[in-house]
Amino acid sequence: MSEETKSMRCAEFQAQLPELIGSGASAAEHPHVKECNLCRELLESLEAIAEAARQLFPEVEPPENLWENIELAIKNKK
Amino acid sequence: MGQSRVPVKGPSREAFEAEPAEVSAGQPAPRISAPARESIAAILSPELLERAQAGDHGAFAEIYFLHKRRIYSLCLRMLGNPAEAEDMTQEAFLQLHRKIATFRGESAFSTWLHRLAINVVLMRLRKKGLLLISLDEAMEPTTEERPGRSFGEDDLSLAGAIDRLALQRAINDLPAGYRLIFVLHDIEGYEHNEIADMLECSIGNSKSQLHKARLKLRDALRVHPRGEGQR
Repeated sequence: MSEETKSMRCAEFQAQLPELIGSGASAAEHPHVKECNLCRELLESLEAIAEAARQLFPEVEPPENLWENIELAIKNKK
Repeated sequence: MGQSRVPVKGPSREAFEAEPAEVSAGQPAPRISAPARESIAAILSPELLERAQAGDHGAFAEIYFLHKRRIYSLCLRMLGNPAEAEDMTQEAFLQLHRKIATFRGESAFSTWLHRLAINVVLMRLRKKGLLLISLDEAMEPTTEERPGRSFGEDDLSLAGAIDRLALQRAINDLPAGYRLIFVLHDIEGYEHNEIADMLECSIGNSKSQLHKARLKLRDALRVHPRGEGQR
């Protein structure tokens, strides 16, 4: 691990975080994350939120009368 | 509240009421990419599609009943409001009725319809000015949203579990643009380049806005002060 990496401050790391996460790279493997509990916790929280959200919204049925409304609108536009 | 919590780390819980996720113990729920969705979405027979394209109303009705759940749920996630989601679902299927003959099969039908519905919602948000405001905000972080705010101040982190009702509420409370990108990326599985294309913004903007959306959710959810200082 280089001195430069060691001295990387949290602000610098967090500024790079959107790009790092968005690139698909494993942000958890970043040297700063390995040495900084605070940023590791931040990263874990963000990942946990994304993970929980993925399971949050089951598909639901639309109201039953929606098809009638659509049919009516189609008929009116003809 | 115990039943409405999911662990922050470790195994994903299978039991999520109406539709349990098919997740193996110890494995996170797989992220479904946009292309992968094609294979699990409702499969439309070519004959049914051809009949609908030729103006067969019964065939169109069948397509509606095959896809209504998915499209309504998508609109609901993006908008967070059942009445608006109903309106947008209706608008999406009316547009589908007008455009179905133009579908040439370059992508899976379900993907095409999904994008059509997203565009309908985006158009509505643009008309209301919600999308523009949020994207502009994303370009210029406020003091509250500056990247380094997560440390050296009141550092708070999530407790051991996420309350799913609180998370749902927090997602619904996100500004429209943040919610859109969060839903499109983290829930619907679109990549940043696809989102940037849909929202007519840069890929960097999409990444930045998603990050801010997650930070806002974390802020809304965090409960216990940790008291660690700046490194």
